[in-house]
Amino acid sequence: MSGWFMNEAKSTKTTRPIVEVSGLTKHFGDRPVVKGLDFSIFPGESVGLLGPNGAGKTTTIRMLLGLVRPTDGHIKVFDIPLSGHLRRIKQRIGVSPQMDNLDPDLSVLENLLTYASYFGIKRSSARDRAESLLGFFALGNRSGEIIEHLSGGQRRRLLLARALINSPDLLILDEPTVGLDPQARHLIWERLGALRRHGTTMLLTSHYMEEVSSLATRVIIVDQGRIIASGKPASMVRQMVGIEVLEVSDRSDELKRLATGLRSCDVELDMTKNRLFIYVKKWCPELEAIALSHRQVIKRPASLEDLFLKLTGRTLRED
Amino acid sequence: MFRVWMRNFRVWQKHIQASLIGNLGQPFLFLLAMGYGLGRQIPTIEGLTYLQFIAPGLVASAVMYSAAFEATYGAYTRLSTQGTFEAILMTPVSVESLTMGEILWGATKGLISGLIMLAALPLFDVIPSYWTALLIPILFLEGMFFAALGLVMTATATNYEFFNYFTSLIITPLFLFSGIFFSIDTLNLKARIAVGTLPLTHVVSLARMLCYGKIGGQWQLHMIITVVTCGICCWIAVVLMRRRLIQ
Repeated sequence: MSGWFMNEAKSTKTTRPIVEVSGLTKHFGDRPVVKGLDFSIFPGESVGLLGPNGAGKTTTIRMLLGLVRPTDGHIKVFDIPLSGHLRRIKQRIGVSPQMDNLDPDLSVLENLLTYASYFGIKRSSARDRAESLLGFFALGNRSGEIIEHLSGGQRRRLLLARALINSPDLLILDEPTVGLDPQARHLIWERLGALRRHGTTMLLTSHYMEEVSSLATRVIIVDQGRIIASGKPASMVRQMVGIEVLEVSDRSDELKRLATGLRSCDVELDMTKNRLFIYVKKWCPELEAIALSHRQVIKRPASLEDLFLKLTGRTLRED
Repeated sequence: MFRVWMRNFRVWQKHIQASLIGNLGQPFLFLLAMGYGLGRQIPTIEGLTYLQFIAPGLVASAVMYSAAFEATYGAYTRLSTQGTFEAILMTPVSVESLTMGEILWGATKGLISGLIMLAALPLFDVIPSYWTALLIPILFLEGMFFAALGLVMTATATNYEFFNYFTSLIITPLFLFSGIFFSIDTLNLKARIAVGTLPLTHVVSLARMLCYGKIGGQWQLHMIITVVTCGICCWIAVVLMRRRLIQ
């Protein structure tokens, strides 16, 4: 794949972060939504911002774009303070928003050309770029189509193509595959994976743990406006969850009995009404016995989803 | 600013027919009904037949309707359901440029309607003077004023119903009481002052003067009021749009 969708990561001797956020806080009225976030994103990194609904992910992204004014804290993008330099900074950012805001009155190609014009890109070079992007996102034969006639997956791909129209140095993806069927999702993941391997700096939010596992080189987990964990996904899972998970289904008194029998093992337990989750850090004989003998047991590798649920709880977060 | 204008222009080209008929229908029908229908029974006003008397004001009203509609129903769709404004604000375009682009676009639509009305006047035996060329920038200013006023409403609106108030409490009274249909000079002082506070009155007066090449006194006053109200309204629109779009 040719690399011109994104600007080449410039190799400098001291790598300064692309995004530097400190003490970032936002209150809507008297409701605190973001409570003092500190994080940085370095060139070539792909950072996944994870959290339950209402954790403050989208608000954080909107603050990076100047669409929400922080109550407190500092934001630097490309080593420039955000306030007062928004125009210069946004020239180099590409965004794929959570809400589809394609222009329904314009065709696929016109959407890209019009968007390019907001960046001051000349129409002739915008056209070349738009056609390559449409090809890259498998929309090459759709350029004259009205937006209404596109499927959900095609719209999402067009939003991504639009986000890349200005060859951004930072790509922000807010739920890039929300509401799509598996086929459509996998096509997008494959394309975003190609961009990531090419060294694209990305900030990504998602509810699909699989998406984050495969696309993010580092994850930041936020809950109720605070960062509760961050690191490389695989090592975080290994350290905080374990290597494997056993899910045992049974009556609760039977599960309690199993749980007591595991006291000497290096495991963590989580019990719901009639299911026992055993997060295995190291195998021990008692576990082997359960795995072999119990009727209803599922054994699987520990995943980011386990970590996420462990940190943010199993209960619903609707308020 | 120009890019925002251009985006709206491209969309408008696709709906040109419906858009023009929709905005021009009312002024034309009034010209017919009042000018021909009612006008036959009315003696001349200020030396003009009734149809001649109301024609320039109806040109100004066509500008008002087009600009105000575009900046309310049109702009509100872009602000709410379509998310167009948010998409634009994710690019280097600022809220200020976006708002001014929308105002210039509304003014352009207003001016197009005004020009079509002007061009159609000879069909009604109304022949505009050469002075009418000077009316064009004034109509554009008027369009900016009403587009800005519309955006003020859009920035404060929570749904489309809100614009019913705007139409029935602001636009319709302006249409009826800005001296399009009656001579202001014959009113008593209090009524004249009241009518003088309406922004459209001054454009209507200027339109009538320029259309028939009779530049009367007070044209400077009319000009100053038109320019100043336009400037103030644009400023308020920018402030309110910023408040609406940047949380």
